[in-house]
Amino acid sequence: MHRYLCAGLVALLLAFAGQSLAIDTEVAFDDPALQHRYETINRELRCLVCQNQTIADSNATLAQDLRREVREMIAAGSTDDEIRDFMIERYGDFVLYRPRMTAQNFLLWSAPVLLLLIAAAVLFRVVRRRAQETDLETEGPEAGQP
Amino acid sequence: MLKLKFVIPLLLFVVLGMFLFVGLFRDPRVVPSPLIGKPAPVFALPSLQDASYPVDSKELLGQAWVLNVWGTWCGGCRQEHDTLLAIAEQGVVPMVGLNWKDDENLARQWLGQLGNPYAVVAVDREGRTAIDWGVYGAPETFLIGPDGTVLYKHIAPMTMDVWNREFLPRIEASRVNVGTRS
Repeated sequence: MHRYLCAGLVALLLAFAGQSLAIDTEVAFDDPALQHRYETINRELRCLVCQNQTIADSNATLAQDLRREVREMIAAGSTDDEIRDFMIERYGDFVLYRPRMTAQNFLLWSAPVLLLLIAAAVLFRVVRRRAQETDLETEGPEAGQP
Repeated sequence: MLKLKFVIPLLLFVVLGMFLFVGLFRDPRVVPSPLIGKPAPVFALPSLQDASYPVDSKELLGQAWVLNVWGTWCGGCRQEHDTLLAIAEQGVVPMVGLNWKDDENLARQWLGQLGNPYAVVAVDREGRTAIDWGVYGAPETFLIGPDGTVLYKHIAPMTMDVWNREFLPRIEASRVNVGTRS
């Protein structure tokens, strides 16, 4: 009996847990396509007061204000890029959760490729040297002697 | 040749170590403002003292000025208030307040009780001007040059040390620049 009651309670609590996690509960747009854009952009913008959250995750007043800004810009017909640029102009690249490639961080972006190329070059040289060494061993003057 | 093989990884390690070491002492909460060196965003907002009289940032062109973002809900603002009063006492540059998402009555009460360091206070009830300025946490203090460019931004309560070290030299330099240009 107790067990069923407990399970029922847990189920009830879990049913409400989802709601308590949703921050931005009001639907901003009737048009599902616009609503989808709105939610996508919100998930890409950092809430600078609570730095490890997006503005979709946060209920800080700044996050609310930035969501309002996004909502109004979408309603006014701005493109996603225009909205991102608007935020970057004011808060810098840090506002983006998906960083862009810029002149300053170009080296960082290209680091994986550069490291791969360096590793490949080193590997190539090592392999070639070993091949030469074994060639020398087999073709050396002692190699053919009984 | 053998030496180089050992020196290169060591060098890489030292360089990486230096980056990480410097990173240890950087405050991740201080986000560099992209506005530095750019024209300051313009605003025309109602004044806290007299709502019928708008505060227009364009009227401040031609002189260096300071914009201090504050609110009565902000603990750091209470902390820096005495410093702001002391700075205002110096009378070096006009200090404009931006009252950010605040209750205007509380704001007036605050200035009445603690003293008013501001030449004028603009009311940004909806926080739109604050977004234009890239404000994310009060108190923030901007220095704007006579030509209307943002010269410096301080994020955190103002201290006399920061004022003397970061603001005063830049104010002096901006005056010299204006002098040589005209």
